[in-house]
Amino acid sequence: MPLKILVTAKRVEDPESKIAVAPNGTGIITTGVNYKVNPFDEIAIEEGLRLREKHGGELAVVSIGGESSTAELRAALAMGADRAMLVLHDGPLDPVLVSALLAKVVEAEKPDLVLLGKQSIDDDQNQAAQWLAERLTWPQATCASKVETLESEAEQKRTPGLVLSADGTSLRVVREVDGGVELLDVLLPAVVSVDLRLNKPRFASLPGIMKAKKKEIRQLRSAEMGVDLTPRVVVRKLTEPPRRKGGQRVADVDELYRKLHEEAKVL
Amino acid sequence: MNVLILAEQSNGVIRKATWHALGAGQEVARRTGGALHVALLGKGVAALAQELASSGATVHLADAPVLEHGLAEVHAPVLAELAKACQATYLGAAATAYGKDVLPRAAAKLGAAMATDVLGFAGDGAAIVFRRPMWAGNLIAEVELATPVKAFTIRPTEFPVAARAGGGAVVAAAVSIDPAALRTRFVEFREVKSARPELTEARVVVAGGRGTKGDFKEVEGLADDLGGAVGASRAAVDAGWVPNDWQVGQTGKVVAPELYFAVGISGAIQHVAGMKGARVIVAINKDPEAPIFQIADYGLVADLSKALPELRAKIKAGK
Repeated sequence: MPLKILVTAKRVEDPESKIAVAPNGTGIITTGVNYKVNPFDEIAIEEGLRLREKHGGELAVVSIGGESSTAELRAALAMGADRAMLVLHDGPLDPVLVSALLAKVVEAEKPDLVLLGKQSIDDDQNQAAQWLAERLTWPQATCASKVETLESEAEQKRTPGLVLSADGTSLRVVREVDGGVELLDVLLPAVVSVDLRLNKPRFASLPGIMKAKKKEIRQLRSAEMGVDLTPRVVVRKLTEPPRRKGGQRVADVDELYRKLHEEAKVL
Repeated sequence: MNVLILAEQSNGVIRKATWHALGAGQEVARRTGGALHVALLGKGVAALAQELASSGATVHLADAPVLEHGLAEVHAPVLAELAKACQATYLGAAATAYGKDVLPRAAAKLGAAMATDVLGFAGDGAAIVFRRPMWAGNLIAEVELATPVKAFTIRPTEFPVAARAGGGAVVAAAVSIDPAALRTRFVEFREVKSARPELTEARVVVAGGRGTKGDFKEVEGLADDLGGAVGASRAAVDAGWVPNDWQVGQTGKVVAPELYFAVGISGAIQHVAGMKGARVIVAINKDPEAPIFQIADYGLVADLSKALPELRAKIKAGK
């Protein structure tokens, strides 16, 4: 059963970059900051590729943002996605808006499965998949993971962690929840958000990068999609969190024990 | 201006995180002058409703077989209906796996913008501004939600548990969900059983990282000596050494115990975001340059395989 899959690739600050508040107090300093595909979205792209490799079908990737997001779409195409769409939008994004725009793309594309990172590492909201599922009235499975570890043979063989039923109508998802894992079956079409341990994303190969240059990136405009673009989650102020004062070294276990016992009074 | 908090139970016990969410709910109710309501959804959970009412809230009990598993496809619409029925302008929950799964979907149903992992409330009077972490806790944002109904999940370690108050009551809520129409099917829950306290609720957490080389025996031993929970860095979890739900960090569990031991953990930003709320942090690492030492109250540069047994012996002798 071939699957038509839509996956997201948000442009975010590289997690290794230094994030500092801009003078206006509501944004960050972007000079010297590198950008990349949201790491959780990379896992979603990898899972989409594995499902396509196993079942056939098509993997399309979508991003929302400025022209600069083309770089992240090229990165997804270089990993192996078939084609890409960029919803051009200037201004801040929040889950309300992102899910509204994605819902429009889904209505036009009619995929069997939408895969998203569980959160983007800039806003850390963990909401877009749930909002999208509700807007589409599709079932959702958030924080998809798998039972096997990232060192397992299944992972080496790039076995998909999401398991399509024999008749191709539903997907079994292992979810990371508190106190264990939960197994769900969702009927397709469905929205699935992915967690860290679902897979290890592949690196783009050189031929992949060359091929990506020729693949299509279709541009859409947020203002032409019939969506209310008013921001609903408005950042008024950004600050750096209070720093912990640390740095006291102890010479040995004796001193550590004594300090914990007498000074901190926690033992 | 009423407040509705989604409660969560596990094996017939109200989760501790819920009491913190109710504490946050009490604060919102105080500021807005609204009434506090609680939603409890499940199967055979009626006995727990009275307990929740001790917070002074009106508890809406939705008790039906279809609610047995916390499926978002079922719980979100029931919760959204309750929010409408009690005229809630604020809808909250603890930022647990259940809260993060269900609340955004209920918020979407209500057209309510939402703030995740809220650390505290700012702003004046009824105009509540939500303080929440962004960029893995590297920055703290103050956000306004520009919709009539506003939703939020709170980080349990940042709010006090609910104060007891009179005036609570339990109301049965009707559930009209057709199980045949559902497109999600619960298959099974595989519990990771442990005699230790829940990671997010323990007084002491002993966490191990790459430096353990996969041997968690002494880490677990120290945790057990102190009646604590065991945590791990992402590296240790990714290597398959320990279960997923031991991970402490921005993408794992966020903990704020009295005492936190980081054993063989380098101190990546991602990990620190999940434990920097601890009262006392101890780092034991053989690498003197490890960034964890910059935030630890007490740092010991030592070989784990020697330091941990020594420390355990000291603790035993001191008791």
